[in-house]
Order: sequence, then C-alpha cells, then structure tokens
Amino acid sequence: MDSVFGQAETGRAPPQADIRAGTGSGTVADARAEQGQSASAVWRDALLALAIFAVDPAGIGGVLLRARAGPVRQRWIDQLKDRLGDFGPVRKIPLNVSDDRLIGGLDLAATLQTGKPVASRGLLAEADGKVMQVAMAERMDAGTAARIASVMDHGAVRVEREGFAQTLPSRFGLIACDEGAEDAEQPPGALAERLAIQIDLSSVPPHDTEGEQAKRARAIRLARQRLTQVTASDEILTALTSTAQALGVHSLRAPLLALKVAKAHAALNGVDDVRQDDAQVAARMVLTPRATQLPPAPEQDEPEQQEPQEQDQEEPEDNQQQEPEAQDQQDQPPEPPPQDDDTGSDDEDDQDAPSAEELAETVLAAAQSALQPGQLERLRDQMGRREQGAAGRAGALAKSRTRGRQVGTFRGEPSGQNKLDVMATLRAAAPWQPLRGRGLPGKGGTGGKLVVQPEDFRIKRLKHKTETATIFCVDASGSSALHRLAETKGAIELLLADCYVRRDKVALVAFRGMAAEVLLPPTRSLTRAKRSLASLPGGGGTPLAAGLNEAWVLADHANRRGETPVVILMTDGRANVAYDGGTDRTQAKSDAQAAARRLRATGITALLIDTSPRPRQSARELAGAMGGHYLPLPHADASALSQAVKTAEKSL
Amino acid sequence: MAVAYPFSAIAGQEEMKLALTIAAVDPSVGGVLIFGDRGTGKSTAVRGLASLLPKMQAVEGCRYGCAPDRDTELCEPGCPKMQAGGGAVPTHETEVPVVDLPLGASEDRVVGALDLERALSHGEKHFEPGLLARAHRGFLYIDEVNLLEDHLVDVLLDVAASGENVVEREGLSVRHPARFVLVGSGNPEEGELRPQLLDRFGLSLEVETPTDLDTRIEVVRRRDAFDRDKQGFNKVWQDADDRLRQTILEAKQRLPETQVPDAALRRASEICIQLGTDGLRGELTLMRAARAAAAIDGDPEVTDTHLKRVARMALRHRLRRDPLDEAGSTTRVERVLSEIFDAEGEAGTARSGEAA
Repeated sequence: MDSVFGQAETGRAPPQADIRAGTGSGTVADARAEQGQSASAVWRDALLALAIFAVDPAGIGGVLLRARAGPVRQRWIDQLKDRLGDFGPVRKIPLNVSDDRLIGGLDLAATLQTGKPVASRGLLAEADGKVMQVAMAERMDAGTAARIASVMDHGAVRVEREGFAQTLPSRFGLIACDEGAEDAEQPPGALAERLAIQIDLSSVPPHDTEGEQAKRARAIRLARQRLTQVTASDEILTALTSTAQALGVHSLRAPLLALKVAKAHAALNGVDDVRQDDAQVAARMVLTPRATQLPPAPEQDEPEQQEPQEQDQEEPEDNQQQEPEAQDQQDQPPEPPPQDDDTGSDDEDDQDAPSAEELAETVLAAAQSALQPGQLERLRDQMGRREQGAAGRAGALAKSRTRGRQVGTFRGEPSGQNKLDVMATLRAAAPWQPLRGRGLPGKGGTGGKLVVQPEDFRIKRLKHKTETATIFCVDASGSSALHRLAETKGAIELLLADCYVRRDKVALVAFRGMAAEVLLPPTRSLTRAKRSLASLPGGGGTPLAAGLNEAWVLADHANRRGETPVVILMTDGRANVAYDGGTDRTQAKSDAQAAARRLRATGITALLIDTSPRPRQSARELAGAMGGHYLPLPHADASALSQAVKTAEKSL
Repeated sequence: MAVAYPFSAIAGQEEMKLALTIAAVDPSVGGVLIFGDRGTGKSTAVRGLASLLPKMQAVEGCRYGCAPDRDTELCEPGCPKMQAGGGAVPTHETEVPVVDLPLGASEDRVVGALDLERALSHGEKHFEPGLLARAHRGFLYIDEVNLLEDHLVDVLLDVAASGENVVEREGLSVRHPARFVLVGSGNPEEGELRPQLLDRFGLSLEVETPTDLDTRIEVVRRRDAFDRDKQGFNKVWQDADDRLRQTILEAKQRLPETQVPDAALRRASEICIQLGTDGLRGELTLMRAARAAAAIDGDPEVTDTHLKRVARMALRHRLRRDPLDEAGSTTRVERVLSEIFDAEGEAGTARSGEAA
C-alpha cells in the first residue's frame, strides 16, 4: 500500500472494511491471514512461473499478475527482465493508449519533413519479439483489450488507419498487472483469457522475497532452444483437457495454454517429452485460477481424497516428483517442497508409467490442491446458491469507451471549445501543396514546408454523451423481500433490454441479514444479468447502511470510469442493523443517515422508492439525507419501476 | 499472412459450419452473426472459410472486381465494363475476398479516402478504395462486432442496406458497388448489438464450447498439431477442404434449380407466425437458407428436414424481446419447431448435430 494507487484506495477503505468483515467474504486480509505461512511458497511458485514465461513469452501469451505496485511486484519484474535475453526489453503500454499509438498511423513529423506519407509503427508492432507490460489492467477498457487480443491471436497487427493498410508481425508476451481492489474490478475478459499464467502476489510480504532467485538466464536460453523439440503425448493432452473440464473451465484456450506451459516447464527441466510433473505445474498455474466449479467427487476408490483438500488447501502444494536426473544444475527446486499427505502417496506409487486415467487424476489433484481458500469458498458458494455464469475471473466487466471519443471531423475554426484535428487538417491541406507552393518565394516550392490555410482546418467532433450506470440498491429483508427482488429483477431486465442503444449499465446491490452484497456488478449485458439474477436470496434484518455503502462504492467506481451513476434505493427505510452488525435501531438509523449523506456529498443522483404499504417518514428523511427524489410506490411492479427510473434519469 | 487453420479441421460446431457454408452458397441469405463464449473457435472458422470459397470471375482491370455478367451493376466510369457499354469484356478468375475489419480501423480506411501518397507527391486527387471496396462480392468479417465504434456501425448499416458505398469527403465524390456478406462475431458478455445491426444479419448463431470430453480433447489435439507444424497439418486436411469446396461449388450450381414447394413455404410462414417474428424478413431468410441447405445436400427440393435444420439460425435473433421470459430465444424457436412438427407425428427427421 505504498503506492499512489494505494493511497487513492484507502480513501474509501474504512467503512468498506467494516462491512466486509461482517460478511466474511474473501478479502485480501482474510487470504493473507489464512495463508501467511505459505507466502514464501507462493513467491517460489511465482518465480517458477517467471522462468516458464521467459522460455516462451509469445506462446504462453502472458502473465496476469495480481499485485499492487510495490517492491514485491518490482522484484518479480526485475528478475523477469534479467532473464528475457533477446526477448527483452520490457515495454510498457499506457492504459489510456490511443489507437494511433497502439496500432500505428501517420507519422506526422516524418510526413511533413519528407512531403510523403510516412507510417508510424504502433506499440503492438514495436513489441514484436518483446514483452509488454500493462499497469492497472483492471481499468483497461474492453475495446483496447479486444485490439490487443486480436493481435495476440494472429501474431500480427493489421493496420487500417489514416491511409495505411499493412500487416506487421507482432508476437509478444504480456504482463498484465491487476491492481483491482475488489472483485468489482477485473481485467477485461478477452485479455485475461489469453494470458496463460495467473499469479497472485498480493499476499506476499516483501521480506519473503529476498534471496530467492528464478532460474538463471542461461538455463532459460537453453530451454528456449530445446522448446521446439518438446512434444506432449496424447495422455498428457487428455489429462490437461479433462482437468480443465472437471474444474469447469469452458474455454478451450485454457487447456491449450496449459499445454504450452507444460512444454516450457519440460524444456526447463531439460527433457523432450512432457511428463506428469510438467502437466501438474501447468494445471496449477493455468487451470486452477480459472476454475468455476469444484471437480465432481471422484468415484468411490478414493473417498478420502476430497476431505483433506477441502479443509487444508492453504498451500499450493505440488506433487513431489522432480525428475532428479533432469533437474538443472542450479537453483532451488522450482515447486514448493513436497507435502506428504495421502493424496500424494496413493497417486504416486506407479509413477513410472502412469496410465492415462491415473495421469488425468494426478493432474486434477494437483490443480485442485492449488485452489486458494478464498476461491474455494466462492466456488462452493456459487454451486450451492446461484448459478453464476462466469465465475469471478472469466467474466470481466464490460467497460466502455471513455468520454468524448472522436466520432468525426467537420470544417471550422479552432477555438477553446473546438479542438483542431491535426491529422484531418493536414489531409485537407495535403493535396493543394504543389499548387500553393508555386505561389511562394523560394525555388519551385515551399522548401519542404506545408502550407496550411484556414479552409483546411478540421475540428474534432467528439461524443460527449456519457453513459449512465444505474445502481439498484434493494432491501431484501423481511417478508416482502422476494416480491420486491423479483420485480427489481424484472425492472433491470427491462432497462437493459431497452438501453442497448444508449449503452447504459445496470448493477444490483441487495442487503439483508447482516450485510450487503453486489449481486450484479455493473453490466450492460442482458445475458449476464439473467445469469446472475437467476435466483435471489431474501429475508432477515435490514442493514441499510451497509447497502447504501456498497452502492456508493459502485457509484464511485462508475464516476471514475467517466460514467454517470444513479442510485435507486428501494426500501421501506426501516434500518435495524448497524454497520457493526449490531441491532441497535438508533445506531442503525444514524449509520444509514451517514451513508446517505455521503452519497449526497459525492454528488450522486439518487432516487428512493418507498416500497412500504403506506409512505413513511423515515424513508422520506432518508431521501432528504441522500439529496435524492422520494417516490412512494407501494405496489411497484417491474414496468412501473423501470418507468420511474427512466423518468428520474431523464431529469438528470 | 499467417497460415489459417483449415475449416474442415474444426471439431464439432456443426451449426456454425453449416451457417457459413450456406452463406457461401447463397450470399443473399444475408450475413452471419456468431455470438458465443470465448475460445469456441468463432474467428478460426471464419478465417478458415476463405480457402473454401470457389474462385469467381471478375472484369479485368476493374478496381472493384465487378462481375462480368451483371450489366445493371453500378461501377465507376473507369471500369472497362462501363466503357464496353454492354459488350463483352475480358475477365479473369480471382479469389473471393474475405476481408477482416480490425477494431482500430479508421473511417477513411473503411470507406476509402483520398490517396495521401499520390496527393502529397504528385498533387493528384485520387481515390484510394477502402475495406468496403475490397470486400465487394465477398465477405466482410468483424471480430468483436459489439465493440465496433458507432460511427463505423453507421457506415456499415448504410452500405449493407444499399449495396453501394458513397464517399463524399476531401473534395472527392465517388460511388462504387459494395455488396458483401457481413460476418460478425462477439461475446455477449461485452454487450448487446444495436438492433439495426442485428437485423442486417440473416443468420445468427449461439456457439458454446463443446461439453463432451472427447470432442474437447480432439479440439486440443488438432490445435496442438497445427501449432507444431502448420503446413503439414494443412496438407492433411487439404482433401477434406477440397471436398467441401467442391460441395459448395456444386450447391451453387444446383441452387437455381432447387425448388421450394408451396408446402414448404406454408411451413415457413407457420413457424414465423407462431414465433411472432416481425416482418417478412424471417420467412424470406428461412426459405433461402433452407434452399441452400437443400442444395448442399443435393436434394431437388426443400423439405421439412431442411427447414428444421436452419430454423434456429434464421430466426433466433428475430424474436421480439421478452425480457421476462426466462427461456433463451433458441429454446423458444425449438419449442415452436417441436409444436409444429411433432404435432403431425413427424419423427426421425435429421437434426443438426449442434443439439448436443
């Protein structure tokens, strides 16, 4: 938390931490506490991942590195730089990179100098044969991610811009640093999908990273040479694919990437055919982080296997065998030390020639044992309660373009409001140069200078319309909860069905019992909303403050993305659970008031829909504190609700 | 250019392959929209299509690859066909274009613009055709179509509707033919498609990753083999691709003779009425797609089998949205299909393999 971003995050941390502590949902702090002793194992694993990635950066695609900026991350990247050899150096892509820098376009300076159009290479073309690094990948918009993803698929960048049409080679590895503070912030799915390895360094304290070194550059160079001849047997391929399926990893890219990782690992070990341990490492690094379900219980022959894994999985322990003869001279064993539990021993006995099924089982066991506690909890949760399509990682937020993207040009005079489009202006001026040149002093021309006249000026036409993010904050407590949630759900779907032209987003926070929960992160995908809202829980106390706070967090995110958040609070206003989970009504009420005032202070548009049979003073007061509209709607149905929201948004 | 993965080597995804084949046989069914999860081989299939398309005849020397036999076709004055004034023109055989529209493309490259090079070095005003011109008589493919910028979508809608591209910019005034099959792919989680754009697609597909382990292993196995030795892999699949190309060629020739009996037309209307699709487009597309399917099968006329096979892809995106209906649109189409066909005790008709 020593970074600039760290500070930015802490600004709104305290109240949130309160709530989270109450819900017990897996936070960084939880994870840290639970896996404190294994931090050095995590770090060793990260270094192994580093070496594997360095062997075949373009094939493996990249690494999704979940870590804040800080000494740990820096140390990892420094070690990587040191080992890339001729695949270096590491190039950074700024988050807000424009298309002409990313893809390429007209090189203005050179064009003016030579009097001929000269192409500039974009970052993607420049990165050919290198490694790129993106910081804050969770803030990257879907469009940029899709552009990068397409280049990764083809190994080439298609430039169709500003008069140039060319295809340039572009094979690179990508390090995406994910600094997302919570689950609502995820790197775009299109990108995460193509980065084979995912590692989480957020729980590793700096002092655990001293001394440890990844394999040396020489070992990596040798492995790179060997890689072309490394092959994988059909059994290995089958084992990885079936492990992926057992973990509910749907995309077929995942087993293919796992195969690449396994091959790189084999090359590092100095062998030409992928073996069991290579596949296990690959399963752990590639498949485990993508898991969306727990594997179905194995058939009766190993009934005990499930138990220990579900309870003490804190270590990403890998299964033992290290191919001693192949082990490269130097360095520590790449995996964490063997953890001799029963899983290992009964998988191990006939390790020399494992049958295809045994191989598949061992690989799955390795992947499963690497599941992190928080992840496991989430998966279990999901399986038990509601079916959520893409668990966490896979379904990234649909982020949209930023404010004021250029949509065209028109002729006009530049001024404070009107931004000159240099490129279009030059284009307009270009054809006339030979004619204009003749009129000027000098030898038959303008001496390489471009003559631009006022009629050439082109002004950027920007799209100012900002998107709206409608955040429903719904009271799911008490007896009317089910009805209210069902109607809200209907309203959300109506709004989404209606708003694809406007490209607005909708999110849903529900609060009940002791805490609030984001049931639907901001999305404009009807598909996604339907999946997330398939079934909703209801009943219990009314932690109004927690709900408002969660809504505020979402609204604040939306604000930062350049969207206009609107919070729709649906409640009867009777708070009875305070921040700290206490049931003191006075405390609960004042907490709710405080949370409401914060919404107002941040300038967020709010609407309170009073759902109680008779309008209540407490709800009206709350609306006042929020600085929002108050609307009693005792028998709100889906269409009345969506109508009310649309009216409220129009008045913005 | 990178070697494309052979179309025939795509394991499973029968409905997607059928849809693309239908579009190749009869471009008039309109575009193909492929929506689905990541890693399902959407773009692989489209890119593999290029090598399957039989070659076409084009007017020698025409910048837009005009068809020789269509005298109504509009072209620019420089085209030899226009100069010949209806007489015979020299032609040559050429590849059917499959043009990729990358997301970062700028408008001038899409619609065409002033040739900057010629303008700067020679001071000449000269039109440089864009991607739309290149896609004429072929396919225009947009990956991640739901992320395409709005102003490009507008251009596409306009051109796709009129079949010609009108350029009025930088002092240029050009119009040229641009008829193409629009193929789009995307992930529904990234957002919905504008309804107007959705409407431009004749066929729409929802692809999923195969859930059957053996198929999944086969996909991984083939892809691994391809990555190891692209040329060698393509050689192995050459025959299968050749056969498919031959099938498409024959189906194209058979298409004009393939009959659509009244009974089939009535059936098509029945399905559309039951589903409440808007307008007549649904029926038209359904009929055309079924006819192409019959031609591919080598059947002389359209039967219920063909209608059933293409109904899902022709209609699922034309249903009126009912957000409160839990069932997806595919399910709704299937429901109606089984109501109509099973009501008459039809059994044992072939189903497309995608049902699994």
